[in-house]
Amino acid sequence: MKIPLILKKLFRRRIVLGAAICLLVVVLVALLANVITGYDPNETAVSQRLSAPTASHLMGTDELGRDLFARIAFGGRYSLTIAALTAIGAIAFGTLFGLVAGFFRRLDAPIMRVVDAMMSFPDILLAIALVAILGPSMFNVVLALVLVYTPRVARVVRASTLVVRELLFVEAARAVGVSTARILWRHILPNLMSPILVQASFIFAYAILAEAALSFLGVGVPPEIPTWGTMVAGSQQYAHDALWVVLFPGFAIILTALSLQLLGDGVRDLLDPRLKKSM
Amino acid sequence: MKPSLTSPDPLRLDVRNLSTFFDTDEGLIRSVADVSFSIRPGKTTALVGESGSGKSVTSLSLMRLLSRTDSTQVSGQALFTNRAGETLNLLALPEPAMRRIRGNEIAMIFQEPMTSLNPVFTVGEQIAESVRLHMGLDRAAALAHALRMLELVEIPAAAQRLHEYPHQLSGGMRQRVMIALAMACNPTLLIADEPTTALDVTIQAQILELMRRLQRETGMSILFITHNLGVVAHHADDVAVMYAGRIVEAAPVRALFASPQHPYTQGLLACLPAQQRKRELANGETRGKRRLYAIRGQVSSPLAPPPGCAFEPRCDHALAACKEAMPALESAGPQRVARCILVSEAAPLVTETA
Amino acid sequence: MSAPLIEVKNLHRYFGAPAKPVRAVDDVSFSIQPGETLGLVGESGSGKSTIGRTLLRLIESTSGQVLYRGEDLGSASSSRMRALRSKLQMIFQDPYASLNPKMRVKDILGEALQVHGLAKGKVARNQRIVELLELVGLRAEHASRYPHEFSGGQRQRIGVARALAVEPEFIVADEPLSALDVSIQAQVVNLLCDLRDRLSLTMLFISHDLDVVEYLCDRVVVLYLGRVMEVAPTAELFSRPLHPYSQALLAASPKPDPEQKSVHIALKGDIPSPVNPPSGCVFRTRCPHVIDACASARPELRDMGQGRFKACIRDDIALVTA
Repeated sequence: MKIPLILKKLFRRRIVLGAAICLLVVVLVALLANVITGYDPNETAVSQRLSAPTASHLMGTDELGRDLFARIAFGGRYSLTIAALTAIGAIAFGTLFGLVAGFFRRLDAPIMRVVDAMMSFPDILLAIALVAILGPSMFNVVLALVLVYTPRVARVVRASTLVVRELLFVEAARAVGVSTARILWRHILPNLMSPILVQASFIFAYAILAEAALSFLGVGVPPEIPTWGTMVAGSQQYAHDALWVVLFPGFAIILTALSLQLLGDGVRDLLDPRLKKSM
Repeated sequence: MKPSLTSPDPLRLDVRNLSTFFDTDEGLIRSVADVSFSIRPGKTTALVGESGSGKSVTSLSLMRLLSRTDSTQVSGQALFTNRAGETLNLLALPEPAMRRIRGNEIAMIFQEPMTSLNPVFTVGEQIAESVRLHMGLDRAAALAHALRMLELVEIPAAAQRLHEYPHQLSGGMRQRVMIALAMACNPTLLIADEPTTALDVTIQAQILELMRRLQRETGMSILFITHNLGVVAHHADDVAVMYAGRIVEAAPVRALFASPQHPYTQGLLACLPAQQRKRELANGETRGKRRLYAIRGQVSSPLAPPPGCAFEPRCDHALAACKEAMPALESAGPQRVARCILVSEAAPLVTETA
Repeated sequence: MSAPLIEVKNLHRYFGAPAKPVRAVDDVSFSIQPGETLGLVGESGSGKSTIGRTLLRLIESTSGQVLYRGEDLGSASSSRMRALRSKLQMIFQDPYASLNPKMRVKDILGEALQVHGLAKGKVARNQRIVELLELVGLRAEHASRYPHEFSGGQRQRIGVARALAVEPEFIVADEPLSALDVSIQAQVVNLLCDLRDRLSLTMLFISHDLDVVEYLCDRVVVLYLGRVMEVAPTAELFSRPLHPYSQALLAASPKPDPEQKSVHIALKGDIPSPVNPPSGCVFRTRCPHVIDACASARPELRDMGQGRFKACIRDDIALVTA
């Protein structure tokens, strides 16, 4: 099978390949949760509570006797969905503001002051404050995290826009008579894809961690919804006797976030020199 | 140019079968293949070529400045005769020995003076650094020497410039600083990689004049890498023309311009507007805007070289035999070589102008 | 003599602080006749690139006028300017940077057609794109490729095709050959000549390569530090330059012929900063024929007859010929 050149270059570092595989496994497990696991994640079996990993319960059970593997698999759906929505939202809004700030000189200062103000808060604190105001729900968590991460994306996109705006082909497009809107859409935006893609993978990773942290602190998703964070939160008091109840969800969080980060690193390394070459 | 049998002086640099290959994701790139040329003491040899010819990689290979990774393969010999008269193979020296030569016996100047100078050190400090390293002088003596170097390259107000940073100087001045840096330890060989390409024409003339004067005064040899044939015509003694990583022709400068042997050299000279003008004058024509002679096509990708002669796809004189094998570099007259099956000592190739 | 196609009147372009501006273009005037190729030569700081861009209103001028067929481009509305852009086009210096790496060739050319409502409909547009590619010596199959798949010379051809797509009358060629190899330059020069003759184009050819300018242009304007030093028909300028700077410039470009002795007028010193130009004649700091009077007033561009102009107060300078 002929491997496309771009994949060969991306996976030149083994660890990036490993990260991609891990991520793929996590996503597949989450998607095929009902096929892979035999248990209902919400089905309690108090008689079997806090039992260690065995052949029938691969990761053991939690304090209500629910199969941990099933909960992690299904929980993955929630955690990944929240993180993905956050990434999409932050990228969409961040790109919009960054693009406008970078391209239109007069809007640059006002937009960036707002961005600076928002970035002066530590992420988690801001997220906590927002969820506390809005109330715990999946939607509000996504909203809060989008608000937290949008400024980061805006800053990066603005920086890249400032560069791309001055490139010769943009001037050439103006010389042809192309309208400003079309220049933004057709000429500038596609050439921002590299930094945007890199940011997307990092935001995805941060969001996994952030959601876990928020849920752990009780200001995230309501505890009924099984995300990895709520699992750790709900089971933490039993950790002393039954380490696996926090170990496995925690491991899932770390594995996913780390894989995303490494993959993001790999994508960034791949795109940077190519960016210079193709430009 | 092989040394003539009657000449007793050793060559300053004798490059034999230099090859540099890069093993990349896309395949093996033969940047420099089987390159041989020589530089006489006190003379200037020009290495001429367009993009992809391998001329810059040649100089970096000689100076051993390519990154030492598994994917870079350098082979061949580069016999350098130093001040003391010893002949060393640059490609076989251990790194510490090579470091003693760089900046000391062999100096190099580059195309972009802005990026070749360290922006956070003053000009004087940078020159002094080289001097202290190779000549073992203390700080004060090194700075004094640096000042002398700046004066040598005719920088006005040298004492003031000594304490200035590169960004405070103009492009022409920075190139003079580069030359001062290169001359600081009185090198026997100066490698100049497109030193005037980024400069304005009037500044270029000054810099070339300066280099010529320094050569006269110190007797150093110069390897001048360029694509500008005008500069070659007036500032080189010997010329080696490169195409697709190989030397295709080498000759003394007057002979090369008077009767170029290789079709590529002929094409290169013929397509210059100045040559067009010369032809018109020679034919007694007034300025008619006759089309310029242009070599058709472009250089092949290094990943997909033609099976035989690299220039064959673009050559007006190509024969079927040219596709079969890469021609060898053979004698084409006194002190001349050419890589073309149509060229021989007895019957040099003559082109009809387009 | 018919009315000029382009007229530049007292063009100024200053950058930066109003108190101490960078005088990139400092009172430049010239005109271009229909069908003519005017060369604009100069070194760095001469303002030639800025003039080219200001002419097409890619940069706004600080003061002065640019007239196209008598119409003042500076006061045109943005919609009028967009329509005018189909008549006034540009070929850029860097073929590696002037094409959007994310767009295929057919999109680049198609966009130009679309903006000006040319070749409407998919069939007509594709046909026109193929025509344009063949016009510049490329082939139909090149339309679906990306810029990075082409060499420098080919990319420059694509740039030319883009400029021609909108069917212009006037083209500013901003150093179109500088980034190309010598053997490719000849190809592109031939292309420009052919197209110019075939399509009756008027051209402003900006370059620092005097040999090409001599080959390609009908008249030449020599610039130094944002000001016009000399204007002359090509043959006259190259055989008998009147201004000391023109003389030095011609002498400094080495001719590719070892037998031809080069004239040594190595100018001393560097080009002065455009923020702090010398008083009077800006060239006086490097001029081998400078006299005291040169510092007092800026020399005006004097009509020397037969279409020749020079900005120098001296008339008694003899060119040292080889």
